[in-house]
Amino acid sequence: MEKFKNILRVFLAFFKIGLFTFGGGYAMIAVIERELVEKKGWITHEEFLDIIGIAESSPGPLAVNSATFIGYKRCGFFGALFATLGVILPSFIIIFAVSLVFERFLALEYVGYAFRGIQACVAFLILSAGIKMLKHLKRNLFNVLLVSLTIAAMILLEFFAPNFSTVFLILIGGVIGLCVYLVGYFKSKNKDEKGGNG
Amino acid sequence: MPLLLDLFLTFLKIGAVSFGGGYAMIPMLTDEVLAHGWLTDAELMNFIAVSESTPGPIAINMATFVGASQGGILGAFLATVGVVLPAFIIILIVASSIKGLLQFAGVKGFLSGVRPVVVGLIISTGVLLFISVVLGYTKISEPLDFDYKALVIFALCAVVYFVYKFIRKKSISPILLIVLSALLGMLMYGVFY
Repeated sequence: MEKFKNILRVFLAFFKIGLFTFGGGYAMIAVIERELVEKKGWITHEEFLDIIGIAESSPGPLAVNSATFIGYKRCGFFGALFATLGVILPSFIIIFAVSLVFERFLALEYVGYAFRGIQACVAFLILSAGIKMLKHLKRNLFNVLLVSLTIAAMILLEFFAPNFSTVFLILIGGVIGLCVYLVGYFKSKNKDEKGGNG
Repeated sequence: MPLLLDLFLTFLKIGAVSFGGGYAMIPMLTDEVLAHGWLTDAELMNFIAVSESTPGPIAINMATFVGASQGGILGAFLATVGVVLPAFIIILIVASSIKGLLQFAGVKGFLSGVRPVVVGLIISTGVLLFISVVLGYTKISEPLDFDYKALVIFALCAVVYFVYKFIRKKSISPILLIVLSALLGMLMYGVFY
């Protein structure tokens, strides 16, 4: 019974987080920090920093990553499941409701004009998000090279092979990263061995 | 492939490779929905705008929206489950057993290559959407259709963004910017066309 109550608490806490955070991602960090670390004390500040680190190195939305992790820490598998359900459910309900009326809404003359304006804004928002992330990237030859190659590849692909999946670009990037790491690793290992012999 | 299965698998794929969350999934999503012919560029941007201005993670909002537009409530459900499942499983494994999994040097090497590619993908998606909205680019064989009003709205968004950042020392909320551009759109395309 106590376990059931705990799962319910986890569900409700994440439902609230899903309902009141706009834009997701980093907006959510502040809310989770305030609600779950400071107020409820479910996890410590250090644990939360670990979760952010883990979220950054695993795929998927930050909100889902943290919900799964914190839910699991609190009440095991079902905690993880209900925390994740909680954080998704508000989005799902709201967006599904919007989708039912969106077409008709968009057919209104002025709404159509408004969305033509919004489209220009979305292009700007995405571009500025990309540039913001670029600023956080370390400025070394490897990163500069990969970013520029990716942009060049994307623009060429758009014009000449629009059906090429960007998933491959991500995987290629990962493999290049792995190779560079391995080369560096074996080089330093070789050096160590030579040093040991001499 | 049946539509519902296709929706689930497509979003599973997107969920599995969207490192960096939120905006990082937009390049893959754009790619997939256009290749499947599920949405046009314009519809996609409308969906992104709605996902930005409603609560919850963008990735979940977009999955639900695209799923609902193609396959009703079942489509919405399957797309959402698909996009969440990889993250759920990976975090569950990390939280339950192999805590050091993501600290493993090979994973770090892999991610060090993924990160700059994701940044490159987001920037080029922004550039390509700009080309599509302002220059009216659709296919290489189609003629361009320059829309100076879109260019003006884009420029005004940029000006407001930078002025706000200069004065308040923080970024303006995307929702405010979206509302502003909606008003500009009504004015420029509706009132003074």
